[in-house]
Amino acid sequence: MSQNISVKVKVWRQDGPQATGQFESFDLSGISTDMSFLEMLDTLNEQLLKEGKRPVEFDSDCREGICGSCGCMINGMAHGPERGATVCQLHMRSFKNGQTIVVEPWRATAFPVIKDLVVDRSAFDRIIAAGGYVSVKSGRHADANVMLVPKDTAEKAMDVAQCIGCGACVAACPNASASLFTGAKITHLALLPQGKVEAARRVQRMTDQMDSEGFGGCTNIGECLAACPKEIKMEAIVSMRREFIKGAFAEPPRQAGSDNA
Amino acid sequence: MNLDSKIPSGPLTQKWENHIANLKLVNPANKRKYTVIVVGTGLAGASAAASLAELGYNVKAFFIHDSPRRAHSIAAQGGINAAKNYPNDGDTVWRLFYDTIKGGDYRAREANVYRLAHLSTAIIDQCVAQGVPFAREYSGELANRSFGGAQVSRTFYARGQTGQQLLLGAYQAMLRQVDAGKVTMYPRREMLDLVLKDGRAEGIVARDLVTGKIERHAAHAVVLCTGGYGRVFYLSTNAMNSNATAAWRCHRKGAAFANPCFTQIHPTCIPVAGEHAQSKLTLMSESLRNDGRVWVPKRKEDAKKHPSEIKDEDRDYYLERKYPSFGNLVPRDVASRNAKDVCDEGRGVGSSGLSVYLDFRDAIKRDGENVIREKYGNLFDMYHRITDENPYQVPMRMYPAVHYTMGGLWVDYNLMSNIPGLHVLGEANFSDHGANRLGASALMQGLCDGYFVIPYTIGHYLAQVGAFKLDSESSEFKAAEAAVNNEIKRLMTVNEKGKRTVNEFYKDLGKIMWDKVGMARNEAGLKSAISEIQKMRAEYGENLKIGGNSSELNKNLEMASRVGDFLELGELMARDALMRKESCGGHFREESQTPDGEADRDDANFSFVGAWEYKGANAEPALHKENLVFENVKPSQRSYK
Repeated sequence: MSQNISVKVKVWRQDGPQATGQFESFDLSGISTDMSFLEMLDTLNEQLLKEGKRPVEFDSDCREGICGSCGCMINGMAHGPERGATVCQLHMRSFKNGQTIVVEPWRATAFPVIKDLVVDRSAFDRIIAAGGYVSVKSGRHADANVMLVPKDTAEKAMDVAQCIGCGACVAACPNASASLFTGAKITHLALLPQGKVEAARRVQRMTDQMDSEGFGGCTNIGECLAACPKEIKMEAIVSMRREFIKGAFAEPPRQAGSDNA
Repeated sequence: MNLDSKIPSGPLTQKWENHIANLKLVNPANKRKYTVIVVGTGLAGASAAASLAELGYNVKAFFIHDSPRRAHSIAAQGGINAAKNYPNDGDTVWRLFYDTIKGGDYRAREANVYRLAHLSTAIIDQCVAQGVPFAREYSGELANRSFGGAQVSRTFYARGQTGQQLLLGAYQAMLRQVDAGKVTMYPRREMLDLVLKDGRAEGIVARDLVTGKIERHAAHAVVLCTGGYGRVFYLSTNAMNSNATAAWRCHRKGAAFANPCFTQIHPTCIPVAGEHAQSKLTLMSESLRNDGRVWVPKRKEDAKKHPSEIKDEDRDYYLERKYPSFGNLVPRDVASRNAKDVCDEGRGVGSSGLSVYLDFRDAIKRDGENVIREKYGNLFDMYHRITDENPYQVPMRMYPAVHYTMGGLWVDYNLMSNIPGLHVLGEANFSDHGANRLGASALMQGLCDGYFVIPYTIGHYLAQVGAFKLDSESSEFKAAEAAVNNEIKRLMTVNEKGKRTVNEFYKDLGKIMWDKVGMARNEAGLKSAISEIQKMRAEYGENLKIGGNSSELNKNLEMASRVGDFLELGELMARDALMRKESCGGHFREESQTPDGEADRDDANFSFVGAWEYKGANAEPALHKENLVFENVKPSQRSYK
């Protein structure tokens, strides 16, 4: 049953990318346990506005766990205490009356803070741009049923393809590694016949880009698996490594230029 | 205002092919001389950006999020229609066309809808080639299901995350073009004005949402893919940042806004819970209606009882009772209105009395819990998490919520607005769904526009205007930039003395819209909505509290400008609904119903697209009509009995 609770929110405030940040604490009362965590932050912001203070900035959009916009550390846990959920899917019924809740932005060199809880995750887009696709042209193709894909393969591909790109895996990892994110896309495409054609080149380019963005290396700690709101499994990282080694033994690409006659 | 739909002549089934043959082309070597601005990166925007860049045009892609993948298309659950007829159950392009035009209550253009149905099959081929992991059969072939209102199984899906997978496909295709240097991304940018020169769209003014800097961007054409305006109702299934600002600013610059009152209320959403600061509603895919049975108690007195205490003979499976041939699968508008009716009768369940049961008891008994879990597991989990109730044990509770807007900027057959050079794709335009959109058709339209229509039609426009020199230093650009700067300065000045927060105004607007311009409308309610909104607009200009400043990331300022536009748009929606004295699709006028309470459409007087011309902030807009001609189907009163 729904009830009202009081909480103390200790939240990271940082005016801009270059500014020094610090924690600030706020007391909130009359918080319904039916509220989502972000609705609690909305309530805090209304209160701050009324007091003439600057609201806490945070990213959020769909508020149903699929767009990947929201994300912050709550009491040291990426997306908070609930397994398999984003911050927007977390409800205040997960907290006790009188509890102190510490809220911080994702912490990773590759995700610089823009303001308060808002971080720059464009590194993820650059990893995808380095080959996280099938290089078919946009346009006409053969009938979709010409290429058969075993049901089990399609399901496995979907298990990893459902990554929402929120960055919780990076934030949870002591090394700030992006291996789960990168591995999920590499695995999705390597499983399917459509993606196999370019698998060797893809894994090389995407992992190179991942390394150049300043993410740390993976040391099999597994914090990412606990934080992932879509519960993507270690298989994604294992398969990325397998593809990487396969790619290393692949024939080197031939020189371009001879077919332009 | 000239509203020439430019529908090609010839038989319906050949119009598009004939049209392509007559479109002008841009030479492959000349395409690199053109720049196209795409605003928004949902299904329509990302697929358009990818396709145009693939052809060789230089594309500048603008989006308000940190990444193009966040666009709200990502949240579409159920599926995408295509007339593949893989299940051999009698589907054809013609049947998909017919279902869509009938489902839209005969308020869409035959030619546009036929093209959509015709191109639907190519979309599936394209997405599969990209590696979209659609659901499959044990044979390895693609799986299909039937979906809201359709009597054939033509819906393709990827679990309950079809929109996500299709968007990621389009996003990846777009990022491939970023890698190739053909698409330049402008993240966290909001389009705040359209720049016209000699009556043509030649660029935009955008705000960098991180620094607050106002930027000028010139192009040979602008493609607007900014989605719908459902958030005008405050509570809806739309994402927090979905907004009408880019479209509304184009409207202010002369683009006609068509059928603004056509909004879709989705029948199966998680009901509003209590009085807390609820920020949005969550949709439950209507695929649930394939197995769930909708009911309320027969007697008011039973409404507060636990559902397990209500015997079968005391339950009213009202959709099955009233519409025996479609049952629980009636179209969205019919299902929504009936839910409202039973709740208005006092038979609604839950603490607020504003919900109906969607019950899986019989399906679980018939197929077993595992089968139901495999089909709907993620939806059941989502429901459980939000409501704290286990739907495997107690029936879900549902209530309709605003979900989609069929209205939007007017476009011709080439998807160009009445402003030359301004093209409008996806939910942002008005064109294909008439007065009511069928399930699994939005994804189809967004991708159809982006992958298969705009690549052809934009060349026709560009070939005619030529690769003129782009100049963002022109007086037109500077004037537009100054206007945007002034508007922001004005908001920040009001803020100094204002008392009421953006959210307080916004909630009030939402309540007016839901109560008076929502599921059922009448003349008195609409008139009072117009005057209440006008009053609110006046106060909004004087008493608004925003906080922060304009030269930094300030989400409240972003909302302040969007809500200002919603206020103007809300008034236009009420005017449009008032003008349309008929019931059709998502627009139900209480004065226009049959003796048994069904919608009574008036083809003699309202078989037209109502396109509104902006005449100034406080002037009445002018109505222009584009008559709808039906040469191939005979408009009939929809009956799902």
